[in-house]
Amino acid sequence: MIINKMMLKLPALSINEAFARSVVAAFILPLDPTMQELADVKTAVSEAVTNAIIHGYGDCEGFIFINAQLTRDGIFEIEIEDSGVGISDLPLALSPMYTSAPELERSGMGFTIMEQFMDSLVVDSKPGAGTKVRMVKKLQPRNLH
Amino acid sequence: MQLSFKQQKNTLIVTLTGDLDHHAASNIREKIDNEIQRGSTNNFILDCSKLEFMDSSGIGMIIGRYKKIKSLNGKFYATHLNSQVKRIFNVSGLDRIINTYSDNKAALKNL
Ligand SMILES: Nc1ncnc2c1ncn2[C@@H]1O[C@H](COP(=O)(O)OP(=O)(O)O)[C@@H](O)[C@H]1O
Ligand SMILES: [Mg+2]
Repeated sequence: MIINKMMLKLPALSINEAFARSVVAAFILPLDPTMQELADVKTAVSEAVTNAIIHGYGDCEGFIFINAQLTRDGIFEIEIEDSGVGISDLPLALSPMYTSAPELERSGMGFTIMEQFMDSLVVDSKPGAGTKVRMVKKLQPRNLH
Repeated sequence: MQLSFKQQKNTLIVTLTGDLDHHAASNIREKIDNEIQRGSTNNFILDCSKLEFMDSSGIGMIIGRYKKIKSLNGKFYATHLNSQVKRIFNVSGLDRIINTYSDNKAALKNL
């Protein structure tokens, strides 16, 4: 059973990286997540939002859409979407340490961190149309009444 | 994100306070690089005792400074990692490149 949903539309500004992390942390707080669950979710959200800003939109303006939902049994699902440049070679983009922006001192570890910190990561992208990152994390059932 | 500098035993100690993300990284990078350039010491301790959060933008920033210090033949250490930062160091393999210590004293001893 779904106990809450949220939809957020943010301009692709780097100041919104911290904002998105905080909002999502507040969203899962009613389930009394552990410190590590909270940190994992914040980190994964930070990675996806940052990618939308730097890679999706670059120097262009645009919006980031965040959709999330939480179920009574502790399943947290989130989608982070942009309508930026998209990804032409997805397997390459997903591989650890690959970055298309080494000149910006990127580490190429964003997707690897999302994969490790969440229970599932699915990336849907079309060159020229945008990118949607869908992540799921099962929170330990602790405070579900 | 804020940062402060301290010089001790031929070592530049940089303390980061707050969240190290992409938004913070470029400003932090510039300030650290200026300080490295200005200073007379080549050794570097990144003190993370007040670093609350870091994502992969922090990894890029840290590797960049690490390379700079290495090119000056200095030593680069990180101290006081909290559990979230530790996890990032671990998953990214950063902990295989950079020696981490529980406190600055231990790091200074190993210079
Ligand atoms: N939202 C996005 N839009 C376009 N390209 C993206 C997006 N997210 C990721 N990418 C591509 O995937 C690569 C790997 O991403 P990531 O693992 O986060 O590393 P980094 O951000 O350090 O480059 C990026 O360098 C970029 O080429
Ligand atoms: Mg990234």
